[in-house]
Amino acid sequence: MIPEGLYYTKDHEWVREDGGELALGITHHAQEALGDLTYVELPKTGKVCKAGDALLVVESHKAASDVYAPVACTVAAVNQALADAPEQINQDPYGKGWICRLKEWDREGLKSLLTPEAYRKLLASESA
Amino acid sequence: MTTSIRQTPLFACHQALGARMMEFGGWMMPVQYEGIQSEHLATRTAVTMFDTCHMGRFYFSGARALEALSGLVSQDLRGMRDGVCRYGFLLREDGGILDDVIAYRFDAQRWLLVVNAGARDKDRDWIVPRLGAEVRFEDASDRQGKLDIQGPRALELMSAVLNRDLTALGYFRFISLNRNGESIVVSRTGYTGEKGLEVYLGADRIAAFWDELLRAGVKPAGLGARDTLRLEAGLPLYGHELSESLTPVEAGMERYASKAEDFIGRAAVARRLAAGAARRLCGFRTDGRQAARAGNRILADGREAGIVTSGSYAPTLQRAIGFAYAETPLATPGTRVTIETGRAPLEAELVRMPLYSAVK
Repeated sequence: MIPEGLYYTKDHEWVREDGGELALGITHHAQEALGDLTYVELPKTGKVCKAGDALLVVESHKAASDVYAPVACTVAAVNQALADAPEQINQDPYGKGWICRLKEWDREGLKSLLTPEAYRKLLASESA
Repeated sequence: MTTSIRQTPLFACHQALGARMMEFGGWMMPVQYEGIQSEHLATRTAVTMFDTCHMGRFYFSGARALEALSGLVSQDLRGMRDGVCRYGFLLREDGGILDDVIAYRFDAQRWLLVVNAGARDKDRDWIVPRLGAEVRFEDASDRQGKLDIQGPRALELMSAVLNRDLTALGYFRFISLNRNGESIVVSRTGYTGEKGLEVYLGADRIAAFWDELLRAGVKPAGLGARDTLRLEAGLPLYGHELSESLTPVEAGMERYASKAEDFIGRAAVARRLAAGAARRLCGFRTDGRQAARAGNRILADGREAGIVTSGSYAPTLQRAIGFAYAETPLATPGTRVTIETGRAPLEAELVRMPLYSAVK
């Protein structure tokens, strides 16, 4: 469950270039580790982040977890459907479970993210 | 102190189902199988089973068993008939809660006390020296297993499985029955807010019984769902809502510790009741999904006025709820408070528990 054509982070986020913006979500592995998501604290549109800044928060029954900005960016849009249906992240983490779209993002920073192959190796090393 | 983490007789069953496991009260227990949400809702709409072998089971027998236990358990035990169970406390002299327990009366000379997993060793060390030589004590926790079968379909399904009509068994009543040559105990109790049963049977037979129930269509549920279910049902959890630094008065549960007969802690409870508790346990409900967590501070008019002891998103109610201790003048249903979460503060309303109950 690591689709090609996406970039990944060691914090188990994914981004996809899409029409000049980046779509962002958490990986299949992340949603499985967190369990049923119960709440997403969506960022405000226009929020400006440096790489590594806390971007938003996802909550499961047991814990709240930060999701970080993978690259410097500005929040262009959020997936408002998650406000009432955070389970979409569990059901379809790379599709309907997208969390936000980013603009004015750092193109150099994107190159330093993980390829699908590198992310697959990271998961293998974490489970070892 | 427990030095190693224990496994219940169902450990292999949980592994076979791919359960996510965690340590709880010194035991390696399943948190979830499919997911907390679906296990919670299956309990509310159908029937699920929980491994509760980790809980302690103490048997008492002898002509003086009732007399000895009456001096230790805060509830009135003398008013119980055979086949009845009651909820109560073990208290310190100063009224601090050592544990919350359920007492089962088989007859005047034979009793069962069910205690919390994490308090089992502490309870045993406290109870045994106080019993007197004439009362026989057995810690049956290792030789006997326990399963909770809960949900609106539980009584009907278990009547068929056990070949005995359990649909008329009253709340907090129990029976012993013979199954394949073994005596098992079935009580109309639970920790979910649903109709359901707790079943006690030999540790060497419980894995086969678990598999039989799986085949009969009972879904397994883990500690994650057990926690969200008990929160909706307004049931306290020892170590969160109840502890040695609190008495039953703070917990609003003095009715379980007010019998006329003497017991350890009785005078302290009476004094606390007369003086009034500074804090009281109450439920809270938010308008949204974001959960407050144990340890979050409660603010009223901008100053600290309490602390959250448990909190979670509640799947049946589709909003976040929890338990908190709040200053007594505030601790009434309808009070609006703010809860600090370390992120955006939450607005909540104090409420009377339970927020959900279908036990009767």
